[in-house]
Amino acid sequence: MLRAGRHHSSATEELQIIPPSKLSVEGVSKSFRSASGNVLALDRVSLKVAEGEFVCLVGTSGCGKTTLLNIIAGLEKADSGAVLADGKPVTGPGRERLVMFQEPALFPWLDVFGNVLFGLKLKPNLTNEDRREVAKYYLELVGLSRFEHANIHELSGGMKQRVSLARALAPNPRVLLMDEPFAALDALTREQLYGDIQEIWKARRKTIVFVTHNVREAACLGDRVLLFSPHPGRIQEEFTVNLPRPRDINSVDLAAHATQITKALKSAGKAEAIAPK
Amino acid sequence: MKRFLLAAAFFAVLVLLWEAAYRAKIWSPVLLPSPSQVVTYLEGAAADGTLARATVITMRRLLIGYFIGLVVGLPLGLLTARWKLFGDTIGTLALGLQTLPSVCWVPLALLWFGQTEAAMLFVVVMGTLWSVIIATETGVRNVPPIYRRAALTMGSKRLHMWFKVILPAALPFIVSGMKQGWAFAWRSLMAAEIFVTILTGFGLGQLLHYGRELSAMEQVIGIMIVIVVIGLLADKIFFSPIERFLHRRWGTSQA
Ligand SMILES: Nc1ncnc2c1ncn2[C@@H]1O[C@H](COP(=O)(O)OP(=O)(O)OP(=O)(O)O)[C@@H](O)[C@H]1O
Ligand SMILES: [Mg+2]
Repeated sequence: MLRAGRHHSSATEELQIIPPSKLSVEGVSKSFRSASGNVLALDRVSLKVAEGEFVCLVGTSGCGKTTLLNIIAGLEKADSGAVLADGKPVTGPGRERLVMFQEPALFPWLDVFGNVLFGLKLKPNLTNEDRREVAKYYLELVGLSRFEHANIHELSGGMKQRVSLARALAPNPRVLLMDEPFAALDALTREQLYGDIQEIWKARRKTIVFVTHNVREAACLGDRVLLFSPHPGRIQEEFTVNLPRPRDINSVDLAAHATQITKALKSAGKAEAIAPK
Repeated sequence: MKRFLLAAAFFAVLVLLWEAAYRAKIWSPVLLPSPSQVVTYLEGAAADGTLARATVITMRRLLIGYFIGLVVGLPLGLLTARWKLFGDTIGTLALGLQTLPSVCWVPLALLWFGQTEAAMLFVVVMGTLWSVIIATETGVRNVPPIYRRAALTMGSKRLHMWFKVILPAALPFIVSGMKQGWAFAWRSLMAAEIFVTILTGFGLGQLLHYGRELSAMEQVIGIMIVIVVIGLLADKIFFSPIERFLHRRWGTSQA
């Protein structure tokens, strides 16, 4: 592309697959001041995520997973250390790295379509028709075309998570940060979403950092699984999951991996809340 | 339709009871006119234009004052929510003055502005302003931080953040504040009109006042009915649809 000042991109162009980012977290520490004194949430955490890799973070409640995700997203500042995305330091939030939050974060004043459109409206160089087309594409991708004009409160928990996913995917980020997105769902809905997310990951080529409590879920989705240990939050161990995709959460091979990870956690004596479901 | 018929029946019974009380002569007819006398008065007042003129004058005062209250109150509410300095000053002031019944502004308005339209407007603005400021501030403070964070990651900043995220998220609070402001403004304006003769125009409150002076009970009751109907209409035409929309979107309605 020549250096044409304001170049106009079309919906097809917008929907093109863009190369995912590589992430590098270098010695990030973060502590919080609270009533009960200082809490060291992250202690010199370093990790690398390759382009297009699916990495899962597993750890007990309160060990700093959300904090790390927020720092990668640029929503919080590390006390020391740095996060690099494609070699450039992350200084603030940006639509290259979108987040699916642990809490419900869909906007209740917009309908489903409006929510998916929100990030697209902030992208310059697109016409409104392009934006609508792109939003429709992602709603289709998560299987919710029929609900584009539904209000948020009319959706089931699983549908809400799908809309969140579509909203995060729509601006075509290079990195997707997912914070226990399926924790509140029943097992059946979750299984369905495991299939969906793998398919979407394959179709859209994203770098994904996925936080979960559920070891089996981590083994099902991740190329790699990183174990976090609490107080202070550190990466304790790392597992590579070399299973063909798409993976079935109920497969025997996967169970073997999950058992191995759980055992590692237990042997470290920190398995309180991480027993696989 | 059934609901409408039931409601209509209820009001018909109310009028019948009134008529019965009049016929039974429990009170002197001077104190309690019959429904038909009130209707006759209203017909006359409507025919000679008194009613329309008074309504227009009152509504103009109300709408202009209310509008000023909103236009000033909304930004002030945003500022008080955003900056501590405004919160400590204007926020505290608003909280204090909101507890002051807005009729209490009438004597001050008279001294400052004399018997003019400005005095009327001032009273209406004072009735609206503080509620709107407080509701906007509360609304903004109650926006869950997660909405801001989500919007930030998608690239929303400054003005976009205020207009597309924070204001809409605070809307339920703001609308209830607007409604309260409207009620306060309406009450204080009526009080002011009854209390003060404004040389530049006869509002509904003044008609009410002169009804009493002339001991014309049918006028007093007739104007009271008009005032009630206007209040109801404002609610049904303006606020109800907005509230229904909010309930539908947020899923907060029980009915
Ligand atoms: N804003 C904050 N203020 C004070 N302390 C905080 C704050 N955010 C997090 N913490 C503390 O930092 C630690 C890590 O929190 P974090 O939310 O990252 O945990 P988590 O691993 O995501 O837990 P969970 O699995 O329950 O979501 C906790 O001890 C928490 O109390
Ligand atoms: Mg968390």
